Amino acid sequence: MRQYIFKRLLLMIPTLFGVAVLVFLMLRVAPGDIVEMKYAGTGAFAPKEVLDLERAQLGLDKPLWHQFISWMWGIVRLEFGNSMWTGRPVIHEIAIRLELSLQLALMATIVAIFLSIPLGILAALKQDTWADYFVRVFSIAGLAVPSFWLGILIILGFLIIFQWLPPLTFTSFWEDPQANLTQLIWPALAVGYRYSAVATRMTRSAMLEVLREDYIRTARAKGLREKTVLVRHALKNAVMPVITVIGLEFAFLVGGLVVTEQVFNLNGIGMLFVESITQRDYIMVQTLVLLISFVFIFVNFVVDLINAVMDPRIRYQ
Amino acid sequence: MANANFQFNTTSTPSRLRRWIEASLRFAGQRPLGAAGALIILIMILTALLAGLIAPYDPLGTDYAAMLQAPSSTHWFGTDSFGRDVLTRIIYGSRTALWVGFVSSFLGATSGALIGVASAYFGGRVDLMLQRGMDLLLSFPLIILALVVVAVLGSGVTNIIFAITVPMLPRCALVVRSSALALREMPFVEAARALGFGPTRIILRHMLPNVMAPYLIMLTAFLGQAILLEASLSFLGLGVSEPQAAWGLMLRGAAVEFAERAPWMAIYPGIAISLSVFAFNLFGDSLRDALDPKLRV
Repeated sequence: MRQYIFKRLLLMIPTLFGVAVLVFLMLRVAPGDIVEMKYAGTGAFAPKEVLDLERAQLGLDKPLWHQFISWMWGIVRLEFGNSMWTGRPVIHEIAIRLELSLQLALMATIVAIFLSIPLGILAALKQDTWADYFVRVFSIAGLAVPSFWLGILIILGFLIIFQWLPPLTFTSFWEDPQANLTQLIWPALAVGYRYSAVATRMTRSAMLEVLREDYIRTARAKGLREKTVLVRHALKNAVMPVITVIGLEFAFLVGGLVVTEQVFNLNGIGMLFVESITQRDYIMVQTLVLLISFVFIFVNFVVDLINAVMDPRIRYQ
Repeated sequence: MANANFQFNTTSTPSRLRRWIEASLRFAGQRPLGAAGALIILIMILTALLAGLIAPYDPLGTDYAAMLQAPSSTHWFGTDSFGRDVLTRIIYGSRTALWVGFVSSFLGATSGALIGVASAYFGGRVDLMLQRGMDLLLSFPLIILALVVVAVLGSGVTNIIFAITVPMLPRCALVVRSSALALREMPFVEAARALGFGPTRIILRHMLPNVMAPYLIMLTAFLGQAILLEASLSFLGLGVSEPQAAWGLMLRGAAVEFAERAPWMAIYPGIAISLSVFAFNLFGDSLRDALDPKLRV
């Protein structure tokens, strides 16, 4: 077990290195660099010498391999460098946004769990009745409705009916939980509904499979209460694929809420990503992509571990 | 199960069209939800093709005398902040959505299938290299990868298609590879190799036709996602650019700014996106159930 964990963690390094190379090269291929973007923004004419001087200050005049190695060497020493746009440490800029993004991802996941598991069980128990059809249409619709549009509708609804808008400035949960929640609950609902869709369908199909097993009949024949049969015998065995799906979605949510953050005007990781990619802030984009794919790979690994721990039939290899 | 009598023919026979129609009718009879999805898709395709005939106004025609008008008998879905007819722009937007959706899904699924089959056929080091490459592309959320590609290529329809193709590719490659692995050991592939056929011919003529089921499943599953992704990118201002009509673009900027005064600007394009993705998902789901009920995409 320990060896398995160690090996998996070690295997993350080449993948992350590949991601780093890929992003580094793609950004350099992209037309325009940060210096041009800065001066294009001011609209003033800048002679080539000024641009070159600025490039030299940012280290952009050095050959590519040199830039790459110095960036990598920084990461090895856990020094991620400064944002090329603001000049502040990237770590600092990311940390402020990560709190918001992580909280939103967590809340959306909780919404998804509370929607999908009861609905999935209901649909499986009442297979081919109106309840089942309702749940299925509800979840297919969740996949079809873009969460940013759902967000617009929520905001619109509040505006028209209550003449009220969710607060626009972010307050930390630790400072003022109520203000924090009134802001974040709406995007969490919009996103959570969408992400409950896959999990609902997974719960339903897994439950349907398990409910046909012999041990369920045995449990019922023993005279156990229906609730015990459902929770202890059926759900416990059906929940594994659901955990997998939900875990993978959480990994996606940390970096993938680019559009929803835009709608609710949330200054999270996604918004930072879009900003820095349009500004060609190489260091920031590179670090963000590394972080996002690290979360992605790491959560994948954790999901595998949970699977292995909860299901003794799965061997560690 | 229904999948036994439902198959796609790749061989040319005189009655190919009739068999296709029969298979489609059987599919419609057995899976009404899928048929409903297909019907909506058909209507959308017709709308996109006949946009010039159906649309009541010019999609680019600004009319500042008729700005932000509520839905009425002259403008069914109202007008936007430039006085353009919302219904007309939704009709023309279906062209963008379908074009981007179909082309990027086709490219993504096809190149993914080719890589998957080649990976399975060659095995060994080639397989390992291709798989690592695919793993690399799979270690980002879909939209992050698409955004990086857009940054490299710039916005515009062709570049958006490419940006959506890239993240789709590894997902198809993975699924197709796993079905192709079993194929490799089949006697007919062995026979083809014994006859001295090269790898290109074996992959294209012998193996590829036999992974049609997962290929079609992935293709239809991609369609809805591609339309959503295009809408998201355009909404961010990184996809299709004004004045071209695109649903995601219609929700951007003025639609949010004037949401209170002109909610129709924000409501109808969203319905168009949801309905089309819904239709593609319904159809894709039923097709998956018919072709391979065990596969979970």
